[in-house]
Amino acid sequence: MTVRRGAVGAPAPRVEGLAKVTGSAAYAYDRPVADPVYACPVQATIARGRVVAIDGGAAAGVEGVLAVVTHREAARLADTADAELAVLQSDAVAFRGQFVGVVLAETPEAARQAAGLVRVEYDEEPHDTELRADRAGLYTPEQVNGGFAPDTDEGDVDAAMEAAAVTVDRIYTTPMLFNNPMEPHTSVAVWGDGGDEGGGGPGEARLTLYDSTQGAHVVRSTLARVFGLPPERVRVISPYVGGGFGSKGMPHAHNVLAGLAAMAVPGRPVKLALTRQQMFSLAGHRTPTIQRVRLGAGADGRLTAVAHEVVEHTSALKEFAEQTAVGARMMYAAPNRRTAHRLAALDVPVPSWMRAPGEAPGFFGLEVAMDELAQACGLDPVELRARNEPEVDPESGRPWSGRHLVRCLREGAARFGWEERAAVPGTRRAGRELVGLGVAASTYPYYRFPGSRAVVGYDGSGRYTVRIGAADIGTGAWTVLTQIAADALECPLGAVRVEIGDSELPPATVAGGSSGTASWGSAIVAACHAFRGAYGTEPPPGAEAGADMPRDPDAERFAMHSFGAQFAEVRVDADTGEIRVPRMLGVFSAGRIVNPRTARSQFIGGMTMGLSMALHERGVLDHRTGHVVNHDFAEYHIATHADVVDVDAVWLEEEDAHAGPLGARGIGEIGIVGAPAAIANAVHNATGVRVRDLPITPDLLLR
Amino acid sequence: MTPFEYLRAGDPGEAVAAVAGRPGAAFLGGGTNLVDHMKLGVAGPDLLVDVSRLPLDRVEETAGGLRVGAAVRNSDLAAHPLVRERYPVLARALLSGASGQLRNVATTAGNLLQRTRCPYFQDVTTPCNKRVPGSGCSAIGGYTRYHAILGASEHCVATHPSDMAVAMAALDAVVVVLGPGGERRLPIGELYRLPGDAPQRDTVLEHGDLITAVELPHLPAARRSAYRKVRDRASFSFALVSVAAVLDLDGDAVRDVRLALGGVAHKPWRAARAEEALRGGPATEDAFRRAADAELAGARPLPGNEFKVAMTRGVVVAALRDLAEEGR
Ligand SMILES: Cc1cc2nc3c(=O)[nH]c(=O)nc-3n(C[C@H](O)[C@H](O)[C@H](O)COP(=O)(O)OP(=O)(O)OC[C@H]3O[C@@H](n4cnc5c(N)ncnc54)[C@H](O)[C@@H]3O)c2cc1C
Ligand code: SF4
Repeated sequence: MTVRRGAVGAPAPRVEGLAKVTGSAAYAYDRPVADPVYACPVQATIARGRVVAIDGGAAAGVEGVLAVVTHREAARLADTADAELAVLQSDAVAFRGQFVGVVLAETPEAARQAAGLVRVEYDEEPHDTELRADRAGLYTPEQVNGGFAPDTDEGDVDAAMEAAAVTVDRIYTTPMLFNNPMEPHTSVAVWGDGGDEGGGGPGEARLTLYDSTQGAHVVRSTLARVFGLPPERVRVISPYVGGGFGSKGMPHAHNVLAGLAAMAVPGRPVKLALTRQQMFSLAGHRTPTIQRVRLGAGADGRLTAVAHEVVEHTSALKEFAEQTAVGARMMYAAPNRRTAHRLAALDVPVPSWMRAPGEAPGFFGLEVAMDELAQACGLDPVELRARNEPEVDPESGRPWSGRHLVRCLREGAARFGWEERAAVPGTRRAGRELVGLGVAASTYPYYRFPGSRAVVGYDGSGRYTVRIGAADIGTGAWTVLTQIAADALECPLGAVRVEIGDSELPPATVAGGSSGTASWGSAIVAACHAFRGAYGTEPPPGAEAGADMPRDPDAERFAMHSFGAQFAEVRVDADTGEIRVPRMLGVFSAGRIVNPRTARSQFIGGMTMGLSMALHERGVLDHRTGHVVNHDFAEYHIATHADVVDVDAVWLEEEDAHAGPLGARGIGEIGIVGAPAAIANAVHNATGVRVRDLPITPDLLLR
Repeated sequence: MTPFEYLRAGDPGEAVAAVAGRPGAAFLGGGTNLVDHMKLGVAGPDLLVDVSRLPLDRVEETAGGLRVGAAVRNSDLAAHPLVRERYPVLARALLSGASGQLRNVATTAGNLLQRTRCPYFQDVTTPCNKRVPGSGCSAIGGYTRYHAILGASEHCVATHPSDMAVAMAALDAVVVVLGPGGERRLPIGELYRLPGDAPQRDTVLEHGDLITAVELPHLPAARRSAYRKVRDRASFSFALVSVAAVLDLDGDAVRDVRLALGGVAHKPWRAARAEEALRGGPATEDAFRRAADAELAGARPLPGNEFKVAMTRGVVVAALRDLAEEGR
């Protein structure tokens, strides 16, 4: 069943837009609380070892300081199975920047001053932070992020490479990357014993957290476990979130630190905001990757072998294995295919989700390799990809629910003026600039995660309330869910109010995997239909009905992925090597687009992040100290407005008949996938220089 | 950040006396550099003497030149019609620095005296001779992308980050200083130091020395001048390398030339050898390249910034070629 068209498909403006632009939207840290206490963390200045002494005397003497909490004073946590969250539970230091204490004070200034006065002595042990493909100790994780097998091997890649008329065998690398949403991670924690917002009886410890998170419910369930509370005695409130990109997809150490800190000042709310510098060690990051890509093909460009083998890091403290090579399993038709993931467990901060984990770095290697293959075969890169379209998913053998990659490529080529691309690299000039065009393919899986529930209520005066503990991290989810509910209830948009961002609301899965609209949206459609089924079009005041997200039998029968084609023009200054990207175009196939306005922002936002990954972003880890040296926005470069000239996205008008009641596959992440490769391929077309290591900086293009 | 007192000086003399009399005092301009350092723990003055509102905020004509008050904001200086007309190199340099918001706040004196962006200098958890003399230089053997290739020492390889100062170096600007002992005038070439064995000292100024103005001399040739900055992104990033150039042609020959380089040394680097190689010779691309090479013969790049040699050569040639073409 699909919902009728009406609000869905219209470019509705953001429902929370006015509150945000007028500054009245209260983000977690803005939340007015009575009598707040300010927390400032103390961080380890070694990458591995033990804390042997902490002198908080000078800190405690600063006027306004209430407490200095270290692993000696901190309460014991109930569950320390997740080592990242076992905050202040021992003297061990697992990475530089890890929390070793926290100072609480009446003002943020006093807290910060005092934190700088805490003297920590360490017993330092040798650390190991350097990722290399030839290093010792690489291991195969049990699974990679998303629950995928680490390795796959189909046919005989080595024999196919041996026999292939044309081969590509190259190493591609991507650096350590940091999500850095505009709003840093913040948490305001208050312990109570019943009576106020969270409910619960007197004498029963309860934790309320105003948090900047992509999932209030996952923060609640995790913190309940860590602090040994029943979930109903933890409440997480986070209606407004200033971006996350995955870094707020699961609770991190700062959430636990805020909770621990607040125990030291019972009844008073503790405010904790990470600084930008702290974000570089405490908010997750994308692992650096070393990717060996091998392609074998006939002279006609038809692939006989695809191998994508990846070496990447995780933290010795906790494993996170980015699924970098997983996309290569389904992308192109080739009888012989191999993928592998090897990890080094290093003394580095804990990596985590960052927009399109897996595909974002993986499609740099794969799609630059495809460009190299096109060049080796003397084929146009668009044509090469068209020749390697699989009829069915090469990995599962299932039919596609809708694979329109070639349409995206052809449509994009026509719109972008692809025929102007010089067949011979380095031959097109405009004044002192070398001009090049590049293309790359994108994909992202359709995810719908079970576990969401929506409840619809009616107030008797024409207004419906839809309640679901979802999150809008700037994506437009709030607006889109309102549109979906309006259509499912067959009522005007203005008659629906959606409540999100609170763990008191019915459960919802995390805003991740580009799954929100499809997962929460289908729960809302089901709840609206249940409501109309129970009450018809004239519901009584107080009428209420809810539903869980329905099961999705098609997900088992079809291979469901979004696809896209990314085009880029680059100009390289022949004197200085400076690279500019005057134009980018993405053409996407993502099922039904629920709101073209917010969808466009997601696509071009992803592409911009891809541009930034292509040309700018690089966390520089100093292996002598184990810290990210360029840990601020002056030194860790992210694309500025001046770098982003003309980024455009369009999409195929379609509905995926198998993608739930909405026919929409999710759009939050695909925009970043392939964008770096399109730019790298354009750089090659402009200069003849093949850059296989990101970011592509001017020094690499100097002649 | 440690607690501090704040004083808004009424006149330059009072400001000098207030700072000179207290070892922990510092002048405050726009605060875009100093306040960052206070937050990071790199600086901890116990008294800030605000000089941003002193009556030093005017650009005045002198005999053919300009006198720029120390408190003139970077954006105002860049937009000044006489600056744009007589010293386009300076307007361009200013506009290539920082961001619009920062330039609206940053002052002329503060810009001259901004400190290095060496990330180890800005991180109190790492050794740094400039911040803590004798503690060691973390940049050597570390991340050196933005570090020096000319004039560095084994004690410090930092670069001076200002764009504006590079243009002023090419223009032979003079810095007017009011100290406890009175006023003096320092050619900009004498203001800055190389690191040597005392990298904690960026300039020759003493505690309590207040910059009150910068004088730009009469230099008609500067009407044909340019600033080119090579950076890792299109705006809001420090120079990898930059060049300020003034080119005075006599037909196809170089009558006079001024060249200063940014992003390559502990100070704005006046490229005297290159200038000498060019003066009186032909204004050809070949000559420009040879001149750049003459200057760069003394370059000692670090592992990780070797590219700066070729990049400097490229940008010097480009800037001079563009100016020469403009002049034909
Ligand atoms: C993110 C970022 C990016 C930037 N990018 C660039 C760039 O690309 N190019 C560039 O050139 N700059 C850049 N800047 C630096 C910027 O130009 C400087 O911060 C600014 O010029 C400093 O001026 P201010 O008036 O704010 O100085 P303040 O911070 O007030 O002072 C700086 C220093 O000068 C001293 N001082 C101030 N006034 C006087 C005086 N009258 N006499 C004696 N001493 C004085 C202070 O005591 C202090 O030591 C950037 C800054 C930031 C934060
Ligand atoms: S280069 Fe200079 S400023 Fe940087 S760490 Fe070394 S001594 Fe400090």
